[in-house]
Amino acid sequence: MELSGAQILVDGLKREGVEYIFGVNGGAAMPIFDALYGETEIKLIPMRHEQGASHAADGYARATGKVGVALATSGPGATNLVTGIATAYMDSIPMVAITGQVFTHYIGSDAFQECDVIGVTRPICKHSYLIKDCEEIADVVAEAFHIAKTGKPGPVIIDIAKDAQNNETLFQYPETVDIRSYKPQVHGDPGQIAKAAALIKAAKRPILYAGGGVVLANASEELRQLTYKTQIPITVTLMGLGAFPETDPLSMEMPGMHGSCCANYAFTDADLVIAIGARFDDRVTGDLSKFAPNAKKIHIDIDASCIGKNVPVDVPIVGDAKNVLTELNKQVSTADIDPWRNQIQEWKKKYPFEYEQKVGKVMPQYVIEQIYEHYSDAIVIADVGQHQMWAAQYFKFTEPRQWLNSGGLGTMGFSLPAAIGAQLGCPDKTVVNINGDGSYIMTIQELVPAVTMKLPLKIFIINNMYLGMVRQWQELFLDKRYSAVDYHDNPDFALLAQAFGATGLRVEHTEDVAPALLKAKGITDGPVVIDFIVDEEENVFPMVPAGAGLGDVIRGLS
Amino acid sequence: MNPEKRHIFSVLVENRFGVLARVAGLFSGRGFNIDSLNVAETHDKSISQITLVTHGDAQIIEQIYHHLNRLIDVIEVTDLSTAGTHVERELVLIKIATDDPQKRTEILQVAEVFRGRVIDMKPASIVLEITGDEGKLKAAIDIFNTYGILELARTGKIAMLRGAET
Repeated sequence: MELSGAQILVDGLKREGVEYIFGVNGGAAMPIFDALYGETEIKLIPMRHEQGASHAADGYARATGKVGVALATSGPGATNLVTGIATAYMDSIPMVAITGQVFTHYIGSDAFQECDVIGVTRPICKHSYLIKDCEEIADVVAEAFHIAKTGKPGPVIIDIAKDAQNNETLFQYPETVDIRSYKPQVHGDPGQIAKAAALIKAAKRPILYAGGGVVLANASEELRQLTYKTQIPITVTLMGLGAFPETDPLSMEMPGMHGSCCANYAFTDADLVIAIGARFDDRVTGDLSKFAPNAKKIHIDIDASCIGKNVPVDVPIVGDAKNVLTELNKQVSTADIDPWRNQIQEWKKKYPFEYEQKVGKVMPQYVIEQIYEHYSDAIVIADVGQHQMWAAQYFKFTEPRQWLNSGGLGTMGFSLPAAIGAQLGCPDKTVVNINGDGSYIMTIQELVPAVTMKLPLKIFIINNMYLGMVRQWQELFLDKRYSAVDYHDNPDFALLAQAFGATGLRVEHTEDVAPALLKAKGITDGPVVIDFIVDEEENVFPMVPAGAGLGDVIRGLS
Repeated sequence: MNPEKRHIFSVLVENRFGVLARVAGLFSGRGFNIDSLNVAETHDKSISQITLVTHGDAQIIEQIYHHLNRLIDVIEVTDLSTAGTHVERELVLIKIATDDPQKRTEILQVAEVFRGRVIDMKPASIVLEITGDEGKLKAAIDIFNTYGILELARTGKIAMLRGAET
């Protein structure tokens, strides 16, 4: 029987095991939405803005490890997806974004709601397809999912002309995918792995430096084995938090601009850095000329172009972290580095994350500590800004995929829609969204589907009435010239939540923080928003100023 | 700083819509240089060959190599400048004013030195075709410049490894 292109697309998505599609309907995608109408195997989640759809698909993917799917119409629908696609691309998140395109004979004519989506998204996706013929749909869907989730994962765009959605053909779904030009290197070179093992054995001050790639490769278990077997201290980046438990004595917590002093000092003094699925990002390394100056570097990464990009590497190993670590673990033993371990413990003890409790203020760090106290097992989704850093510092993550955030692109507005995706993907988990007053209002409209679906999201706003991270930089580097960061004119978020049909609470006193969090725990029939009114001018410390070396970390204002 | 060097990449790609844009976009987006670029179908219609001349220090060249490989439609990347000895050719068309017969004779003599071919001749102009490597074409262009070049078009380099080093 012949099926429409739209139906073939939907049947293909079913073959790929898609559970949810996050979308906003519109002219050029109507046949696809029509094919999804009444569909039970795939649930269509109508979002309120296409940006929300792409972030929700992304959040679903981060929480589950499966491919997230977003759907939008042509033109503005597609361009609204762009921020979410770029966000997923920077953090290597497997996603398939489907966009309707104008009729084939209109393409290139500046037709109504026409946009060259393939052109616009070219630098921010792993791959993309423009489909003008319904015959191509089945093969393209299979290829797109294969590309999105293998190798270094990433978003793939499928742009489908409306006539290709309407035209009919037979549904023949490929059983296997073989792309001659795409063969990711999964296994590390045995010679290189042996070299790495030898360097590890010889090192006196080694550290492990793990990133988001460990989470993406589901290699957290192998990372733990390596750490426990060698007893080498470990720092895990913002993107990898939870890959190794932060509660373990070997954990030095997060490195970099707002990372722990311990991790930053350890980089500076180390004689060997073992990087696994981390990419020596500028927010981690600070001034490259002062970064780990005495250390040899081993770099394990699935993406050859990431190795040697920022920092010269002594032993590059291209491969999947899970495979490479499995092999490496066979060749290592407990490192004989007691003086180094003692030094690390001393730094840890001497320079913990700490803050000063100001009189009569709710301290943002205290709120995070209390959230950790009450929701230590939750999936935590932060937005971008000061609250994100405080959450990374004061919440102790113990499991991979427990902490989701937009680390690479730093997309404000990411977290609420991403939390929706994560909650749908993990219905048995508590999902906590730690948000900022600036970021929350960027995608606040997505509270609507959360309320409609009665998702029990815990949305905690760390509200300092400022675009706080920018204000901090203005305070420290621009003479307190607070240009365009004053958000005192924001609406009352508790009342606004109620208008949306959610529970809305406002907390203004320290003693009310814990009771409010407890109360939120009991609300399970829909989202609860707590607006924590915190100290307006608290800053994130420690801080490595832009352009400084990690050793020059500012521990605090005092 | 590492010294900058010229490199010729031979890139085999799927002969498909948008591939050239992906390659060109990679270079512009990451700030790599393209000195010349040549694209054409190969004997296998499903594959196109891109010959790309670029320059940069060793680290940049390595990045270019890996980023080209990362593109899904790229089948194979060879850095001809390091993979072995190679041959390279470029073709140039030069239109020169020949307002007096004496000048025309001279131009034809010079063309012969460079093994150029006349592919068009009009009372007031002549079009020559010359192939060769970069050095030869530069020498030819320098000389013809003294006669007044009206128009010049060149293909950009194509290249391949010698012998069985493919």
